[in-house]
Amino acid sequence: MGRYVARRLLQMIPVFIGTTLLIFLMVYALPGDPVRGLFGDKGGSPQVIAQLRHQYGLDQPILVQYWHYMKNMILHGDFGTQIASGRPVTDVLGDAFPVTLRLAGLSFLIEMVFGIALGIVAGLRAGRVTDNAILLFTLLLISVPVFVLGYILKVIFAFDLNWLPPNVNDPTNYNEMLMPAIVLATASLAYVTRLTRTSIAENLRADYIRTAIAKGLPKRRVVGVHLMRNSLIPVVTYLGTDIGALMGGAVVTEGLFNIQGIGGTIYQSIVRREGTTLVGLVTILVLVYLLANLLVDLLYAVLDPRIRYA
Amino acid sequence: MRGAKSAKWVAIAAVVALGATACGGGGDDKGSSKAAIDPNGVFSVESGEPQNPLQPANTMESYGSIVIKSLFSQLVSYDSAGKIVMVNAQSVDSKDNKTFTVKLKPGWKFHDGTAVTADSYVKAWNWAAAPANKQTNSFWFSDIQGYDDVAPAKGKPKATSLSGLKVVDDSTFTITLSKPMPYFVYKLGYEVFSPLPESFYKDPKAAGQHPIGNGPYKFVSWQHKKQIQVAKFDGYKGPDAAKNGGVIFKNYATPETAYEDLKSGNVDVLTQIAPKDLPVYKQDLGDRAIDQPISAIQTIAPAFYTKQWKNINPKVLQGLSMAIDRATITKTVLNGTREPATGWVAKGVLGFQPNAAGDVTTYNAAKAKQLIKEGGGVPGNSITIQYNADGGHKDWVDAVCNSITNATGVKCAGDSKADFQADLNARDAHQVKSLYRSGWVLDFPMNANFIRDLYGSKSDGNQSGFSNAKVDADIAAADSASSLEDSEQKYQAIEKELVNYMPSIPLWYYKVNAGYSEKVSGVKFDQAGDPVLTGVQVAKK
Amino acid sequence: MPDVTKTVPEAAAEDAAVAAAGGALPEPSKPEKTRSLWGDAWQDLRRSWIFLVSAALILLLLTITFFPGWFTGANPTSGDLAKHFLQKPKLGNFFSADWLGYDQQGRSVYARVIYGARASIAVGFGTTVAVTVVGGLVGMIAGYFGGIVDSILSRLTDVFFGIPFLLGTMVFLTSFQNRTTWVVIGALSFFGWTQIARVMRGAVITTKQADYVHAAKALGASTPRIMFRHILPNTLAPVIVVATISLGIYISAEATLSYLGLGLNGVSWGNDISDGGNQIRVAQWIMLYPSIMLIVTVLAFIMLGEAVRNALDPKMR
Repeated sequence: MGRYVARRLLQMIPVFIGTTLLIFLMVYALPGDPVRGLFGDKGGSPQVIAQLRHQYGLDQPILVQYWHYMKNMILHGDFGTQIASGRPVTDVLGDAFPVTLRLAGLSFLIEMVFGIALGIVAGLRAGRVTDNAILLFTLLLISVPVFVLGYILKVIFAFDLNWLPPNVNDPTNYNEMLMPAIVLATASLAYVTRLTRTSIAENLRADYIRTAIAKGLPKRRVVGVHLMRNSLIPVVTYLGTDIGALMGGAVVTEGLFNIQGIGGTIYQSIVRREGTTLVGLVTILVLVYLLANLLVDLLYAVLDPRIRYA
Repeated sequence: MRGAKSAKWVAIAAVVALGATACGGGGDDKGSSKAAIDPNGVFSVESGEPQNPLQPANTMESYGSIVIKSLFSQLVSYDSAGKIVMVNAQSVDSKDNKTFTVKLKPGWKFHDGTAVTADSYVKAWNWAAAPANKQTNSFWFSDIQGYDDVAPAKGKPKATSLSGLKVVDDSTFTITLSKPMPYFVYKLGYEVFSPLPESFYKDPKAAGQHPIGNGPYKFVSWQHKKQIQVAKFDGYKGPDAAKNGGVIFKNYATPETAYEDLKSGNVDVLTQIAPKDLPVYKQDLGDRAIDQPISAIQTIAPAFYTKQWKNINPKVLQGLSMAIDRATITKTVLNGTREPATGWVAKGVLGFQPNAAGDVTTYNAAKAKQLIKEGGGVPGNSITIQYNADGGHKDWVDAVCNSITNATGVKCAGDSKADFQADLNARDAHQVKSLYRSGWVLDFPMNANFIRDLYGSKSDGNQSGFSNAKVDADIAAADSASSLEDSEQKYQAIEKELVNYMPSIPLWYYKVNAGYSEKVSGVKFDQAGDPVLTGVQVAKK
Repeated sequence: MPDVTKTVPEAAAEDAAVAAAGGALPEPSKPEKTRSLWGDAWQDLRRSWIFLVSAALILLLLTITFFPGWFTGANPTSGDLAKHFLQKPKLGNFFSADWLGYDQQGRSVYARVIYGARASIAVGFGTTVAVTVVGGLVGMIAGYFGGIVDSILSRLTDVFFGIPFLLGTMVFLTSFQNRTTWVVIGALSFFGWTQIARVMRGAVITTKQADYVHAAKALGASTPRIMFRHILPNTLAPVIVVATISLGIYISAEATLSYLGLGLNGVSWGNDISDGGNQIRVAQWIMLYPSIMLIVTVLAFIMLGEAVRNALDPKMR
């Protein structure tokens, strides 16, 4: 087990370097320049522009910039400075992450509870009307673009029915966060449902279930223990990898509901060419993704006794 | 099914308002005081996270400058007619338009209790002008004598202070310019020319997070990405003391969400209306809707460095201009948020003259075709208009193109750049393929700002490569005029001449479209399209 | 769908991969028996209502894409503000230019809905083809050669997979001056190929062990021949499943990018939904019809994918 974890951690190093380098190069290739951008339409004093470019090391070759950035990040935990505001990127991330974490957490809960529940219902009734209805419903959820869905929910629940506030003013208020969390969760919810359903329907016909029933175990126990334990393995994998996606992918949802989290920061960093902020963000998202993957694989061993990591 | 619109984020605000301007403005609040007023009431304004630290010379975009304006007062300001009003200055005099003597009003204090002296100004300006301090607005000091020594184009600075600034005594100092400028006093109203307290220099970075000024409000708190709060400064001596207890600048990701919040009572003053709500906001808000011209203009400029426009006969551009149905486009696609332009100088500034461009800005398809033909036709018979996709320009660019094609048969398409940075980059690098959209918001309310700074061959704002010896000579003559009036008239004459060169095609003047909640009254906007915060009155609960 | 346009859950896909490959093993490349995997699948599909509905919809969409002129005579790009600004739909006038009303530029919404199909279908198919070719090749090479080659390619896949899809495509598209259909396809493919690569790799590793592959090797067949003649046919099933479902997802992704102002230049549903959003309070139809078309199209491809998966996965029967 220990050796397995060590090997996985070692594998993360090239991936980590590759991802950060890729995003660094992409930001570098964008037209425009964060310093020049500060001055808008009217231009600025060339001396000040040169000074600022020098201060942020933008006058150096790209790979040198990357080297310095990574060195500072790894050795000092220094993610650089946001060019426009002059604030450390760690502060900016510190503002945005808790907000997004809350949103993603709530979404995760929704997708897990409702996704698995719907999936179990559909799976146990595979092939019947309920199953087909749930199938159609989930496919529809996947097909509706998030910005359309967000607007529909807003109109119905905020403006017409007045049940929920339309926007988020206070990210610690879960009442306000509910609607964006639902919007963010929908597609993943649909996937979780499909996955659970398939897995359940498949395992229902497995020999061990027949054996269990033949042994005369009560149905409740067969379904609740034998079936669930084996059917949820692929679902757990999916849920694990989805955490990262929920966090990094809320650009549209956050904009729609005025949530000042990672999504908005990503968007603004692209528009303002704040490479350091963007790379810092991606670094953390990649770490979350890599660790979540590792955790999922370890969870496998717990859920499935057949898997043993040497 | 209905849909949502556009996370255009701050970009919408940032594009027009890049380079917002100072303006105290007199918020006269007559009438409509139906409810009892609470002089200590606090209200909220829709805003966003300032891009830069809150240092007066370091703030260019609107979210930062609206806060800076509330915290700092300058020597002068101007009213809605473009007339100078003394604020911190008792007087600003000059005999030759080159050396100005500034006398300060007595008794003014910074929010930390220290006195505002001549030194507070001179030291602040010297600090901001030095390139080492990296202030984005430092070039504003380039009119002052000695700027080239402090910030030489090449090499190390030869001096650390501007030789044109001299402290005479505690309440008097003089400004000497490198050459006469009849309208220099106007520039002093911009927040770059703010004073700074002694405490600033100890840690300018910290001061940018917790600014101390001399304005009508004092700084309370800045919760990043959430809100900035300022409170009324009781020791304020200026003419524009706050009529309310303070302001909260609330951070909104999109104007759409702010509008929804206005309707549900979570924010009091909006500075812009989302495109989605423009067609209906007047019905929604009734007399709480604001629709007022500001001093800004939209044009499309030919890239004169391209093969297509290099030696173009101005008649072709006149023809294209006449092919644009401004009246219909502003009424329909733009929802009445703009007003057709009739010249190159925006409304609300000194020297504005109606119909400066003659009939070139009137729609006339037949004449448009004829002019283009007389001028030798549009090279390639096809044009593109470059714009930034994140600024809400797409609709009108499409409409202008349709109008040109329908009227003249010249092919026309929008050339959309992903965002403002990409747009700017193409303009800076002289990579515009044909024409580009160009906007200008006033820096100071005088026609010179709309002519000299855009169409002089060497001006910062001239990105089209337009260069005309006659225009340059006229501008030089207008700048050395003996009085403000004389200079204003000379610039008016230049504007009348521009139709013969067509340095750009004027489209329309901007308006501010905004609104406020039932909790507040007396909400007015200045020429730059910013709300006059001090004049807002909050109703008692 | 979520912000980050994600593709089919990997676990499911890989499951299907293994299952399909396994199920196919007894019948290698030569369909001697009457009922091969593909024959079975076809029998299954013909009886599936999901397949029939989605296939009919997709046929209609393809017709619209290739022959827009059959459906409308109106020009989608020419508008007349003076005459048609925000003119209401006349729902009685079936298939005429004013059927679905006019937009903020005085252009026929019906014509735009018809001509907009081309962009969506092109992006969907283009991206899917690119992703399948690139991802398939990478997965094949990694899975077949294993060892250091596999390590390198797998880490490379991880690199692209680790960057959030929407974030990556946004940065990619921002750097392009002119966002043509090809550029959008390029952006989506650049970050989208990883999933197919993983599925392919998994399937190849399973198939590689089969006796007939060892036999081919022993007989001295060349590497490319083994890869493409013997292994490829047996790995196609899971790849096809993933590709069909992601086709719909890429169409949706293009619309999301348009919503963020980064879609392709030209007539497309995504652009119209985005622009129509500004008129939502006064002229809902501008956004309504392209939205319906978009949702129906995405739904059609996802349904097709679902049907194909059910048919190809023997465990589902």
